[in-house]
Amino acid sequence: MAAIEMVGKRKNNNLWLGVVGACVLFFLTLPTLIVIPMSFSGASYLEFPPESWSFRWYESYFGSSEWMKATRTSLLVAFLTTIIATPLGFLAAYGLTFTSARVRNASQLLVVVPILVPVILIAIGVFHLYAKLGLNYTITGLVIAHTALAVPFVIITVLAGLKNYDFNQELAARSLGASRPRALLTITLPQVKFSIQTGALLAFITSLDEVVVSMFVSGGENATITRRMFNSLRDQLDPTISAISTCLIFVSISALVTVYIFNRNQKNKEQL
Amino acid sequence: MEIAAKTQLEGINSKALAKGRRKEGRLFFNLALPSLIIIMIVVFIPVFWLSSLSFFDRAGDLSWVNYDRIFQGQLYIKTFIVTLKISFIVLFFCILLGYPLCYWLSQLPDRIAGILIVFVLLPFWTSVLVRTYAWLVILQRNGIINDTLISIGWIDEPLQLAHNLTGTVIGMVHILLPFFILPLFASMRSIDTNFIRAAISLGSTPRGAFWRIFFIMSLPGFFAGTVLVFILALGTYVTPALLGGGKIQMLAQRIDSTIMLYSNWGAASALGVVLLILAFATIWVFNRAFGIDKLFMR
Repeated sequence: MAAIEMVGKRKNNNLWLGVVGACVLFFLTLPTLIVIPMSFSGASYLEFPPESWSFRWYESYFGSSEWMKATRTSLLVAFLTTIIATPLGFLAAYGLTFTSARVRNASQLLVVVPILVPVILIAIGVFHLYAKLGLNYTITGLVIAHTALAVPFVIITVLAGLKNYDFNQELAARSLGASRPRALLTITLPQVKFSIQTGALLAFITSLDEVVVSMFVSGGENATITRRMFNSLRDQLDPTISAISTCLIFVSISALVTVYIFNRNQKNKEQL
Repeated sequence: MEIAAKTQLEGINSKALAKGRRKEGRLFFNLALPSLIIIMIVVFIPVFWLSSLSFFDRAGDLSWVNYDRIFQGQLYIKTFIVTLKISFIVLFFCILLGYPLCYWLSQLPDRIAGILIVFVLLPFWTSVLVRTYAWLVILQRNGIINDTLISIGWIDEPLQLAHNLTGTVIGMVHILLPFFILPLFASMRSIDTNFIRAAISLGSTPRGAFWRIFFIMSLPGFFAGTVLVFILALGTYVTPALLGGGKIQMLAQRIDSTIMLYSNWGAASALGVVLLILAFATIWVFNRAFGIDKLFMR
């Protein structure tokens, strides 16, 4: 009898826990998604639920040469950051797995610093450094800064991927006559592909969504979309932002879905 | 098999092999250099340079004048207090919301938990600006919450939810919660539930088993999440700037305005140094207790 009571109580507890957990998940997800219906509103101010529907805010976004220019800058910078940070981060993670534990731990510490240092200090410091180098308001400067902010995510992701990888496979390839680079490219790389792809997507998103450094270092012809959005949000709530936000949410969801598809393919392969 | 290989190595020419391994380690460290150098150039050098400014007065002589000023100025003291207050409130809510969620997820079958964690990852991967904008829309005077509450007759006047402390805290909790959940969830998942069964079979109450076994074993992830949330909260710039409506000035904004409005680099730099010390003291304390590698659990 007591046992049955206890089981009943546990079920109750689990129900209560599930309600709380579901509420927290709603809190995390719903507010962001509310932007999507609002972006199709026909009204000239923000209302929810919208009483009429239209594409006017998308027209106002895609029709504005300033917003389009900022979008192009952001996409270009994010793309360049990704193709630089991904190989650099992979090489670093690969190299660090062969170093002594002490060197590895010290390096990992250096690598997490950019994530933990308040970004405003990085932004102001880089702004001043770039003023001396003439890199402010340039694509080059933005890409260098974003690469430093994105590369830790690539390193952490790839290090996690390499943890589960059996390096004896590489040794086997080399003992069969493959050179070191060839063993790396043909044996190791395909097997940790998933973590590299995830790292690359994280690098892209990090650069695309970065606000504070872009606020200081980008501007003029090369202002990023986040810089323009921040300034616009500080002044008034322009509904055009809801259309831009919807586009950015779409990019995030696509990136996440891509990671899941990679992950599933990886798992299927492991099962075979 | 590993042990056998090891004895064999030690048997034949262990010294030469160890030397070879060390040499290889040094060689492979070079692969990490490009990444480390770019981090040095963008993060370490600028931040060190910025910090060094705080030790000089306007004439360029070494002095403590900047620190004297920030610790005597009412405005700066107020900023410190507000920053710490908000960071602790945000941390409190992250624990309050994050711990039950992680516990619930860790009790679910892997497949379902794997699907539900997407709802944590989605906001994590979404722009901070977009999320702050969403909260502005929801919390403003004629936003969704006020409209709903008025239409069902709970309130007559719209509540002041945005452009103040409430809005700032809600926005920050929303942005920092995934940083608490992800390490804690990873930590809880690695707990072997047989320990709890064993405790109960040995006469512990379920509640006792939870606190004395499960909670203690989840602490590494709990503390990793705590450090991340607290440090990121201390340095937050975007959310209070937009949801605080100019009334909430946290350290990061104070540093910004001290330079951009008053071009007082010395004072801004001193504020930055205090912010860095607060952040690294937090890491240091937790590192002493739990090891920095816990931060790598993602």
